[in-house]
Amino acid sequence: MTMATTDHETQIIVDPNVPLVRIIREFDAPPEKVFRAHADPELFAQWIGPDNMTARVDHFDCRTGGAWRYTMARDDFEASFHGSFHDVVPNELIVQTFTFDGVPEGVALETLHLEDLGDGRTRLTATSLVDSFESRDAVVASGMETGVVEGYNKLDALLAED
Amino acid sequence: MPADALSKVFSALADPTRRDMVARLTRADATVNELAEPYDVSVQAVSKHLKVLEGAGLVTRSREAQRRPVHLEAEVFDLMTKWIERYRRQAEARYERLDTLLDAMPDGDPEPPDTGEKP
Repeated sequence: MTMATTDHETQIIVDPNVPLVRIIREFDAPPEKVFRAHADPELFAQWIGPDNMTARVDHFDCRTGGAWRYTMARDDFEASFHGSFHDVVPNELIVQTFTFDGVPEGVALETLHLEDLGDGRTRLTATSLVDSFESRDAVVASGMETGVVEGYNKLDALLAED
Repeated sequence: MPADALSKVFSALADPTRRDMVARLTRADATVNELAEPYDVSVQAVSKHLKVLEGAGLVTRSREAQRRPVHLEAEVFDLMTKWIERYRRQAEARYERLDTLLDAMPDGDPEPPDTGEKP
C-alpha cells in the first residue's frame, strides 16, 4: 500500500494516542483562494459533497461566532450536518464544531490550518478530534464523507519496506 | 470488524517495536527467539508485545509445531489498511474537486469576507 507518494496526494494520519484524524494536502493555489473556497458557501457547496450527492448549504456564516448547516442529498437519502465557527482567521485558520444531525450528542472539533508555501501554493492540514477512540475508528471505518481522513503515516513507511 | 476491534488493531500498532515485528512477519513466520534477536530487549518483553498483537488478532501462534512460529494474519492487517485507504481516497476525491474549483476561480479577492474580527 502506498500513500502520500506525491506532493498532492492526500495524506492521512490516524493518531494512536489521541482520538483524532488528520488530513494533509497541498494545493496549487494561494491560501487566499483555498480559504475562500472554504468560507464562501456557494464555492464550498461545489466541492464538499461526494460526486453522487448534491450539497445544499442551509446556513453558512463563516466568521468567529458564526454557524453553519448543510445537507447532502441524493434521490433516496439525505443527511444534514451543523456546527459553529469557533474561530476564523482569514487565509489562515478555521476552528469549528461538527455534528451529524443523526447523532446530535456527538460533536467533533475541527481545525483547518492553511500554510503559505510560496509560489502560489498552500498546504492544508485538517484535524478532526472526537471524544473517543471508538468514535474516531467508526468514522474511519465508515468512510463517511463527514470526517477527516487520516492515515497511519508510520504504517505507510512500514508498508513501503520490502 | 467492529470499531472496537479496529481500535485494538490501531493501538497494537501504536508501538514502534510491534510495528517492526509486524513488518518482519510480512516476510515470513518467525519464532519468538528469532523475533527478539534484533532488539535490545528480553524474550519476555517480546512475548508481551506478541500477546498484544495476538489480542488484536494480528498474529497467531501454531499450537502443534515445536517451534510455535508466529504467523501474521494478513487479512486483519489488510482490512485496516483498506479502510484507511478508502477513507483517504474519499478525501482525495473531495480535494480533487477543490483543485478544479481553485483553477476556475479568478485570482485576487475584491471582497474579503467579513470574519467578525475585532479591530
